[in-house]
Amino acid sequence: MQIYLPIAELPISILMVLGLSGAVGFISGLFGVGGGFLLTPLLIFLDIPPAVAVATVAAQVAGSSMTGVLTYWRRRALDLKLGGVLVVGGIVGTVLGVLFFNSMRRLGQLELVINLSYVTLFTIIGGLMLYDAIRSALRVRAGQPGRLRRQAGTHPPWMGLPWRVRFHRSRLYASVIPIAGLAVVIGFIGAVLGVGGGFILVPALIYFFRIPTAVVVGTSLFQILVTMTGATMLHAVTNQSVDIILATLLLIGGVIGAQFGGRAARNLNVESFRLLLALLILSVGLRFVIELVVPPTEPFSVILPESAR
Amino acid sequence: MSRRLLILAMFLLTALAPARAETLIASISSHQIQITSNYTGDQLTVFGLVERDGRTASRGDPYDLVITVRGPRRMLLVREKERLGPIWINRTQRRFPDSPVFLSVSSNRPLSEILSPDTALRERIGLANADRPPPLSFDVDAPLARFQAGMIRMLEEKGLYAENERGVTFLSGTLFSAPIEVPATAPTGPYEIDIVLYSGGVPLARQSTNFEVVKTGLEQGLATGAHERSFLYGLATVALALLLGWLASVVFRRD
Repeated sequence: MQIYLPIAELPISILMVLGLSGAVGFISGLFGVGGGFLLTPLLIFLDIPPAVAVATVAAQVAGSSMTGVLTYWRRRALDLKLGGVLVVGGIVGTVLGVLFFNSMRRLGQLELVINLSYVTLFTIIGGLMLYDAIRSALRVRAGQPGRLRRQAGTHPPWMGLPWRVRFHRSRLYASVIPIAGLAVVIGFIGAVLGVGGGFILVPALIYFFRIPTAVVVGTSLFQILVTMTGATMLHAVTNQSVDIILATLLLIGGVIGAQFGGRAARNLNVESFRLLLALLILSVGLRFVIELVVPPTEPFSVILPESAR
Repeated sequence: MSRRLLILAMFLLTALAPARAETLIASISSHQIQITSNYTGDQLTVFGLVERDGRTASRGDPYDLVITVRGPRRMLLVREKERLGPIWINRTQRRFPDSPVFLSVSSNRPLSEILSPDTALRERIGLANADRPPPLSFDVDAPLARFQAGMIRMLEEKGLYAENERGVTFLSGTLFSAPIEVPATAPTGPYEIDIVLYSGGVPLARQSTNFEVVKTGLEQGLATGAHERSFLYGLATVALALLLGWLASVVFRRD
């Protein structure tokens, strides 16, 4: 069954969109990532104009992270204080990212920047996570504790910078500076790549700040909810590229998928959680590597500038 | 002497007259394609008659018909991937301002059999010629031609450009019809149809008509809403997203 999308200006199969967004929603609920980094390339692959795909996915991510936020809120696995710091840093980063985005677009190198950043980010982050997950799995097999425990009184040096704040829910007492700095970087990357940034935020909070996984996921979803709500409004007002019908379809599939993902996350142990997330991120990165390295069968591509629509 | 002049004049008339001797009468099944929620493309039929008057000399060559449909014009950007070290990136690009986003050329037999390449170029017949501006100089711009060929190939793949060499059917010697496929991805806007009658490679008569593709109903309402009340549209989308998100957490709540 096909439905015509008024903004994307093409018909699309309802069942396919529901299935696709359901699968991505499951992953997003499982890992606490927005899922935009998977959904946006998939929609572009289905011939939806990139600007419409990015803007509409923002709306979908806002909706599905709303579900996640409420679920984690009820389970008291959401640190509002930490979330607030992340949101403020994220806004600063987003503004910087949009400025960079527009200047690269003027130079005509935007696509290259996006492709290269996808490749480097995803392969490096995915590779590091995979390495770490395998190493700790090996340690478990050798009978040692799988993860180096945080010892009382010891902490990585960046936590000891000035302006230390106590985050009760996260069981964290650390300086605000590195946390806000991380949020700025993620906001910047998110604005340039059109992704929420959860896939960077989640591992970074786990590795650099040793925050419990469940709290990281809930708090990351909260940060994504706020930034993606803002992004949807920005896209709707400045580009008019949000397709409400596509967004509705993506939401229906996404929120249902996210529910099952959230359930599955509770039954997943930490080690396999990290291994799976690492493999997922790495495989997306490798997909972009293949696209860059393999000689294209058709060297030409035709672009309809969005302003002409 | 005067008799000879008369014969000459009559000969000249019959030689020149063909341009006026045949008249093309053509129409189209619909002048508007409406996009509704279940729109998946549409088909129009161009049909018509080659009208001959009593003075028309009988021709040795059969009639040929070429129908060119040009869609709304947009700026097209064509990029070419090139090798840079180990990776392939878009390095060069060309702009094709004011290019039709939809182009369909239908004829009753292969274009190469209907008219010579020179005539096709001059008459702007065929996918490659339909939108080529008249050459201003004799310099052959090889990269431009390559980019244009690439563009046509890509758009043909998307179904937006099509050359159908059996697309026109003569129902009788003078009565013809031709289906025009408009894919769902064809843009909204005005479409021009040019119908040219040939015989022996010489154009005899022309006719043009047009149609438009428009959004209607809900599709139109949402599209204009997105552009004219973009803030409200954005608020509505966000509200819908958050509402659906909340609804899901209520529906699926177990504890």
